[in-house]
Amino acid sequence: MTKVTLTVNGRAMSGECEDRTLLVHFIREKLGLTGTHVGCDTTQCGACVIHMDGLSVKSCSILAVQASGSTITTIEGLAGQGELHPVQAAFKEHHGLQCGFCTPGMVMTAVDLINREGGTLTEETVRAGLEGNICRCTGYHNIVKAILAADAEMATGRQAAE
Amino acid sequence: MGVEGIGARVTRKEDKRFLTGKGRYTDDMTVPGMKYAYFVRSPYAHAKIKNIDATAAKAMPGVIDLLDGKQLQADGIGNLICGWMIHSKDGTPMKMGAWHPLAVDTVRYVGDAIAIVVADSYGEARDAAEAVVVDYEQLPAVTGAVAALASGAPQIHPEAPGNLIFDWQIGEPDAVDQAIAAAAHVTEIEILNNRLSPNPMEPRATLGIYDTAEDHYTCYTTSQNPHVARLVMSAFYNVAPENKLRVIAPDVGGGFGSKIYIYPEEIICLWASKKTGVPVKWTSDRTEAFLTDAHGRDHVSKVKMAFDANNRITALKVDTIANLGAYMSLFSSAVPTYLYATLLSGQYAIPAIHANVRTVYTNTVPVDAYRGAGRPEATYLLERTMETAARELGVSPAELRRTNFIRSFPYQTPVIMNYDAGDYEASLNAAMQAADWAGFAARRAQSEARGKKRGIGMSCYIEACGIAPSAAVGSLGAGVGLWESAEVRVNAVGTIEVLTGSHSHGQGHETTFAQLVAGRLGVPIESINIVHGDTDKVQMGMGTYGSRSGAVGMSAIVKALDKVEAKAKKIAAHLMEASEEDIVIENGELKVAGTDKSVPWFQVALASYTAHNLPSGMEPGLKETAFYDPSNFTFPAGCYIAEVEIDPDTGETDIVQFVAADDFGNIINPMIVEGQVHGGIAQGIGQALLENVQYDENGQLLTASYMDYAMPRADDLPSFSLSHQNTPCPGNPLGIKGCGEAGAIGSPPALINAITDAIGHNKLTMPATPMKVWQALQTAH
Repeated sequence: MTKVTLTVNGRAMSGECEDRTLLVHFIREKLGLTGTHVGCDTTQCGACVIHMDGLSVKSCSILAVQASGSTITTIEGLAGQGELHPVQAAFKEHHGLQCGFCTPGMVMTAVDLINREGGTLTEETVRAGLEGNICRCTGYHNIVKAILAADAEMATGRQAAE
Repeated sequence: MGVEGIGARVTRKEDKRFLTGKGRYTDDMTVPGMKYAYFVRSPYAHAKIKNIDATAAKAMPGVIDLLDGKQLQADGIGNLICGWMIHSKDGTPMKMGAWHPLAVDTVRYVGDAIAIVVADSYGEARDAAEAVVVDYEQLPAVTGAVAALASGAPQIHPEAPGNLIFDWQIGEPDAVDQAIAAAAHVTEIEILNNRLSPNPMEPRATLGIYDTAEDHYTCYTTSQNPHVARLVMSAFYNVAPENKLRVIAPDVGGGFGSKIYIYPEEIICLWASKKTGVPVKWTSDRTEAFLTDAHGRDHVSKVKMAFDANNRITALKVDTIANLGAYMSLFSSAVPTYLYATLLSGQYAIPAIHANVRTVYTNTVPVDAYRGAGRPEATYLLERTMETAARELGVSPAELRRTNFIRSFPYQTPVIMNYDAGDYEASLNAAMQAADWAGFAARRAQSEARGKKRGIGMSCYIEACGIAPSAAVGSLGAGVGLWESAEVRVNAVGTIEVLTGSHSHGQGHETTFAQLVAGRLGVPIESINIVHGDTDKVQMGMGTYGSRSGAVGMSAIVKALDKVEAKAKKIAAHLMEASEEDIVIENGELKVAGTDKSVPWFQVALASYTAHNLPSGMEPGLKETAFYDPSNFTFPAGCYIAEVEIDPDTGETDIVQFVAADDFGNIINPMIVEGQVHGGIAQGIGQALLENVQYDENGQLLTASYMDYAMPRADDLPSFSLSHQNTPCPGNPLGIKGCGEAGAIGSPPALINAITDAIGHNKLTMPATPMKVWQALQTAH
């Protein structure tokens, strides 16, 4: 067993785990943050996407011990208590989710996409950006709409701030 | 239409918890003392189990116990069953082979469970499972439906000689043969419907908890119908009497049919919890899901469609072989029979139809209902045949369909179904207009100028939903009734809980069901909670599948609401000293019509519970229950058009546009209905272009991960163009038809009709991968 220490959603957290424990299992089972999901075992589906040191990462593709010392944001920490991040709000407004299982990973990927390419996104680049996230319910139609709407909303926010 | 009532585009009440990571799925559940299960599964498609040596495994770190099929059998746990009896045309009942939850002496597909390991951690359970030494005697295997019927094929169950489960027919063979003999034209085609894996994003999971003191079991499970799970586990598998078994299906991450069935793992984890004295949780990984979740489709059919000199269809003859896999899953027998052949009239007036269906065992994963369940198979067969006939007859596909549309209702088909309402031409016209069908020739010329092949194709589908009138399905062999229950519970402060036997796993019932109540009573949608998925809370229910929750589940709520309103009106009339007949309910108040007298809804609720001043003889409280049994199926229908552009150098198909025009009857929430159609179309496009379950000659599953099974991704799909042409369903109080499966039913033939239009011939099977399309283009040259 190895001790892993992380900053998760702004709080220092630590726990012991086997060396082979994937970060996603550490987050779900040791930290009790079950919003991050496991939908496959080949790093294809993206249900486990979190932000690690500011970038989106499939938390099934990294060992918990490798992540030790890093700063993690999970879906639970994306917005303040009781609030929705603009991407979360856009998913609700545009019905970008149905069963909700892929949703945390989708939202975390979308936030990262907007962080990196915000203001320049098109339907085509959003679809390309979602290549690593599988949804079986929505046909992606409303997810794409939601991300484009959130991008526009956040761009307006950025302009207002400037 | 109110802002929150029926017809309003209300955003979903359930979204916030899913968007913030607060959804509670089965694998999220933990209880004190909980341990983890891993299953030892067969690596062979067909083998005798000579010996199981668990000595080393049991000594591994963290292992609590390892249990096998002989122990399960000794404890009296029953075999899995198929709950729908089909008789062959010679009158003999279907030949159901034994399905032991844990294989006892023979394994019949790769993934067949042999033993369960319970350990402190998932990793330790898995390590130990890998240390179990099973001595197998490998047997020859067969995976294809046609091959399984061949003489000399490996025999899978002693109960089913020749692997034939039943040889069933529907319709009039003589009338069909006569019409074919007299026809001006006969179109013949062979149709393959590829095998699919449903793949809800949440893998199956179950948590079995045995309470020694109460001799009581709790089962958390990823189910579309927890009450059916409790009924079947109690009545057939001897897990526990119903009063000692609570089944909870919490948030469930998609189902698409695959979570209807009661699988071995639920039963075994409950039993293992009692045997080991600890709560036992099992969560499937994705490869296990491919290996054990019921697959869908897998039909091989030969079709003859006869026409008279005016291009009117005179007869349809269908001969289908359906692959049911290694065991008969819970509703597997109904899918290729009453959910398939009864829809073979499509949207067309066909005087004579005959279908013969043989179902067979193979050494593959059991096959059962997957989104559409039989209706996609019927639609693909019919619409590919219609397209082919139009090309052979030299008429446009739209004209051939128009010539044959059913135009007056009710319409009795020759294959049981009685269509109650529809306007097929309206959807066809809407779809053609939205797709600018008339402008296709110019677009094709532009594509050709760029060296690309362009094609357009349509499909006119019909399906039967609102499943189903209990007496009717009972007479056809169903082991259950298909009504639904509802309870409307008004609290003393006027807030409302609606308990429903339907189950939501993405469909948004917490919103749409609340919209119905909010619209009826004029109370805020926030004051209404929908309760589902727990057998301790909801008395009974039949669950969600077959696009039935609106047409059947909501109709039950309507009936319960009728009773609640009637009682509330009596109380209000008493309080206001008015006549009961004069009371109307509007905007959260009960009013005396034509006066300014009113009492607020909450005050009536409170009065019912204080019971200080109720009409003489009235029982206190405001809570009513109803069961709704539908009088007929519902018949959603529509027209889908796909337009594709193919790169002849690579065979890659680009979907240039996809248009859907649907008739779902009345719509509760257009936003949610559109979402259902989007998802269905994506799965249909997946079937047509990408997805295929593939076995090798030894029965090894080659497509057991997302590296090998092509799930539709965002950049595989276009945005979709949707419209609705609604004719209300006359058979239920809300006029609803159902929308959950249409997209998956209507889209595959539209795509393949478009692609074959582009490549100029019909030699193409699903999925139309770039390789297959490229090869088809070489054939054309």
